[in-house]
Amino acid sequence: MSWLERFARPKVRALFRKNDIPENLWEKCPNCEQMIFHRELETHQRVCPHCNFHLRLDAKQRLRFLFDNGEYQTIELPEVVADPLKFRDRRRYAERVREARTTTGLTDAVIVAHGELGGSQVVIPVFDFDFLGGSMGLAVGEGLLAAAQLAVLQDSPLIVVPASGGARMQEGVLSLMQMARTTIAVDQLREAKLPYIVVLTHPTTGGVTASFAMLGDIAIAEPGAVIGFAGARVIEETIHEKLPEGFQRSEYLLEHGMVDMVVHRHKLRETLIKLIGLLRDSGARADVVALPRTGLEIPSVGSDAKVSKGPSETPSGPS
Amino acid sequence: MYSYLDFEKPIAEIEGKIKELRHLSDDSGVNILDEVSRLQGKVDRLLRQTYSRLTPWQKTLVARHQLRPHFSDYSAALIEDFTPLAGDRLFGEDRAIIGGLGRFRGRSVMIMGHEKGADTDDRVLHNFGMPNPEGYRKAVRLMRLAERFDLPAITLVDTPGAHPGIGAEERGQAGAIARSIETCLDLRVPMISVIIGEGGSGGAIALAAADRVIMQEHAIYSVISPEGCSSILWRSAEHAREAAEALKMTSEDLLKLGVIDAVVEEPVGGAHRAPETAIERVGDAIERALAELRPLSGGELRSRRRQKFLEMGKLTLG
Ligand SMILES: [Zn+2]
Repeated sequence: MSWLERFARPKVRALFRKNDIPENLWEKCPNCEQMIFHRELETHQRVCPHCNFHLRLDAKQRLRFLFDNGEYQTIELPEVVADPLKFRDRRRYAERVREARTTTGLTDAVIVAHGELGGSQVVIPVFDFDFLGGSMGLAVGEGLLAAAQLAVLQDSPLIVVPASGGARMQEGVLSLMQMARTTIAVDQLREAKLPYIVVLTHPTTGGVTASFAMLGDIAIAEPGAVIGFAGARVIEETIHEKLPEGFQRSEYLLEHGMVDMVVHRHKLRETLIKLIGLLRDSGARADVVALPRTGLEIPSVGSDAKVSKGPSETPSGPS
Repeated sequence: MYSYLDFEKPIAEIEGKIKELRHLSDDSGVNILDEVSRLQGKVDRLLRQTYSRLTPWQKTLVARHQLRPHFSDYSAALIEDFTPLAGDRLFGEDRAIIGGLGRFRGRSVMIMGHEKGADTDDRVLHNFGMPNPEGYRKAVRLMRLAERFDLPAITLVDTPGAHPGIGAEERGQAGAIARSIETCLDLRVPMISVIIGEGGSGGAIALAAADRVIMQEHAIYSVISPEGCSSILWRSAEHAREAAEALKMTSEDLLKLGVIDAVVEEPVGGAHRAPETAIERVGDAIERALAELRPLSGGELRSRRRQKFLEMGKLTLG
């Protein structure tokens, strides 16, 4: 790295990542327009303390809020063919990717992380909407395949957190093929009888919803997120009707049976921990696990073979 | 009435002349017949020239041609005892996807596909080949039925895309497509897809995650329509031609990328000029693919199919 890059880079980042900079002390809630002190917003996991609006998280913030103590490791995304179609619209796709990499500091639109959640291993791929709208191309497809393989290897659940406009147009039909490939990826969890949970965040649409994102064993949505297949504008233009109130929002999806629950960001971690514990019949409450057998009068065959412990030595169960 | 595409104008003019001459031919001599055959030769040459170097945008127009054979034409010509089966058993019957049992060259198959409709009323009836969730759920039902009776599943793809609508979203369009893709990839019977016209995005791959994906020469298969791509990336609908170019959605490019497995050559002037020949050739291609796939066990079919999709993305246009 040359001295020039070393100095130029943080500056470029500073232009785009205002949220990361402590000097930017106040942020306006996009919903209620109240000014919120930066640090307060952080401690609230970027949920507006005034109106509960869930502000968007970038992938790293999301991971920090999910894992125990905010600690996790990431895996490098597998290498893929860059710009397979040599795509160019008003600008070159290669250029757009370069710019996205500079502004986000990411390789592509997904980070694959693993670490502990509630004390047990999990693999969590998280999308970053700031990277070309979180769009899914070859790299994202490979990332999800790698994440699924890692989960199977570690015998751990997979929790995917999409935030994506859909397939990445600039990779043409190859991005469409990622719908099939990511479906195969999450199917591997099913075959290994491992939980696959999706946390749908704002926005999740198009080819991403129409593949792995709608195939979760359990589907959780963040409040107020737009989740759907077709874009609202496309629908309006097609049917020439006004869309109903709250259309394609999480709560609307819950109403129509498309997700299991809408979970406040502050409750997300504990919900995930509970669900995984229940699905895997593990991680039950300590006092339940340690329930003293002697304390319950269950007549059983060969009970004398059991080590008899005095009630005083065991934590008290429900009596 | 025969409808010409814009770029077929020179051809239309000569064919118009031929028609006029034929009207006259009653009261004129041999000279006119000579002239007709000379002009016919010219038409053939022009057609051959034009159709051997169609641009991606021109192919888009050909793929959407009103007279291009649709699902119903294929099923009528290729399938004996075609017995359509209706409904998803959950909500309704979606005529944008037709499917059912029938005999293809002597043996039972399950065949299904998008139907765009032949005339205005018919097109409305079939919703222009744009399925709602019910269509995909019916497809899943039929695929599973095929699997239970060890019958190959054949799909014909011809759709602008899944229907964008309020009801479609409320009834889970995205999930329905996802489950359909998942089912294609899980089947333990041979699965063959033919892109016969327009392979529009998620609405297309929902039926096309197959062992063999065959494409008509002038069909298109794309993640988004050229018009849609233009309005998003160029921020105006006027760049559809460039978008068509950039998206690499022709059979030639997709074969190179390893996204499709075979291309069926269309009659000169496109499938709409000689539908019977075009359909027969697709039939031959399906038969060849079936012959290759029938000896494989269900498990082998499934794992090879999945492997094929996992390999995609390694080939480039180079
Ligand atoms: Zn607020």
